[in-house]
Amino acid sequence: MTDPVAEVFGREYGRSVAVLVRVFGDIDIAEEAVQDAFAEAVRRWPATGVPPSPAGWIITTARNRAVDRLRREATREDRHARAALLHARDEPAEESPVTDDRLRLIFTCCHPALNPAARVALTLRLLGGLTTAEIAHAFLVPEPTMAQRLVRAKAKIRDARIPYRVPGEAELPDRLRSVLAVVYLVFNEGYAASSGDVPVREDLCAEAVRLARLLAGLLPDEPEVAGLLALLLLTHARRAARVDAEGGLVLLGDQDRTRWDGALLAEGRELVRRCLRRGAPGPYQIQAAIGAVHSDPPPTDWGQVRVLYDHLLEFTPTPVVRLNRAVAVAELEGPAAGLALVDGLDLPGYAVFHAVRADLLHRVGRHAESARAYRRAIALSGTAAERELLARKLSAVPGSAPPPPPG
Amino acid sequence: MSQYLLAVIEPSTGTPPSPDALAAIMRDVDAVDADMRRDGVWVFAGGLHGPDSATTLRPGAGEVLVVDGPFAEGKEHLGGFTIVDVPDLDAALEWGRRLSAATTLPVEVRPFR
Repeated sequence: MTDPVAEVFGREYGRSVAVLVRVFGDIDIAEEAVQDAFAEAVRRWPATGVPPSPAGWIITTARNRAVDRLRREATREDRHARAALLHARDEPAEESPVTDDRLRLIFTCCHPALNPAARVALTLRLLGGLTTAEIAHAFLVPEPTMAQRLVRAKAKIRDARIPYRVPGEAELPDRLRSVLAVVYLVFNEGYAASSGDVPVREDLCAEAVRLARLLAGLLPDEPEVAGLLALLLLTHARRAARVDAEGGLVLLGDQDRTRWDGALLAEGRELVRRCLRRGAPGPYQIQAAIGAVHSDPPPTDWGQVRVLYDHLLEFTPTPVVRLNRAVAVAELEGPAAGLALVDGLDLPGYAVFHAVRADLLHRVGRHAESARAYRRAIALSGTAAERELLARKLSAVPGSAPPPPPG
Repeated sequence: MSQYLLAVIEPSTGTPPSPDALAAIMRDVDAVDADMRRDGVWVFAGGLHGPDSATTLRPGAGEVLVVDGPFAEGKEHLGGFTIVDVPDLDAALEWGRRLSAATTLPVEVRPFR
């Protein structure tokens, strides 16, 4: 049996912090109060059993303990504590039936006045309940750096008075883009390095899916939210097949489809179908649709993939999207046609660009250039698993064997 | 309500706008200023003479030194500012956005303590 407190923590931490931030108007007080309440739960629940409404218990306990503590501090002329107490007097601890507090909190965490790295860290910390150490580890930065990033972001929210509310209709599209970008970044950070520090990083993907699900539940009328959730589900569903027994990366076309997660795929595909019916496309929905095509049984419908990339280019006309489109063109019209498009792109620092180019050069028989492009891709690649995959592909290029060692 | 400084940042070098362009900018800035007063958020506003007109006072041993010029020479300087009294950062940013569009210059938004 799993620890009931840990289970409630995973499910209710974000909700509890969100309610308490509203009650006290202060993030630090809210975090401390919720942590106190969970510490209390660890002491009490083994004897009393889990209360009928664990989240309600945590929120009430957190509120009461914080009020007690603030009262002690407020008598010592602490202006901050007095302000928080006043705030709490007027705010009910019950959750609002209209607006979920977590939604307010995520818009605060992802406010454009905060720098993007801080948005990600705050979201994981306050809504995901990850510790500073876990976030630091996941983003490969020293813990004191991450701690400082969080402290600075929280201080800015307090000092600059970044509001705790869901933006109005006029601002919503812009602000929502920032929120979705944070969730997508969390996922990609976990996904891009699934070979590095496996446990925490896979947690990042799961956390991003959880956040996307939360958003999709809270904003059911926003097609791009459904699109992002679908995209993450379709990608996450393939995670087990993406790495082989030796820890090497496996490309989509070579993956063992029986290892894909059927339930996640079905959920993602259903979301894509619903998005298509709604007819209000956006970049996440289109990327999800591409993911859905790739999850169809082979052969891949590359014509459909190309149409979707054309469509995506209308929203995000970037060289990376053009590169992906060129891959579809190569499948439809042959490697020379794909290569002509790839050679027109300016992505010198992007490992995938060189890897795609190397593959196309190999296929048109320009072996020496292919080997050079693979070496460039290997040099630019961020993870050992990617480098290993590229090295395997390089060794398949005729005449690519490294020169024998001297002597 | 909270007060915010909307600081307009001017480039220190380069050609200033033509008299016509400047007149159009001033009209736009006056319109924003009038809207701020109408909405009751305006606290104070003003444009500054250039950094050449600045005098800097520096604490020294036993006395405060008077030095000609700004405290730091930079590629940009504070050209003018508006102080607004609004509910939160979003409201301050919205006024800042309008001021930036009107002045055609960057605007830094900072909360008062």
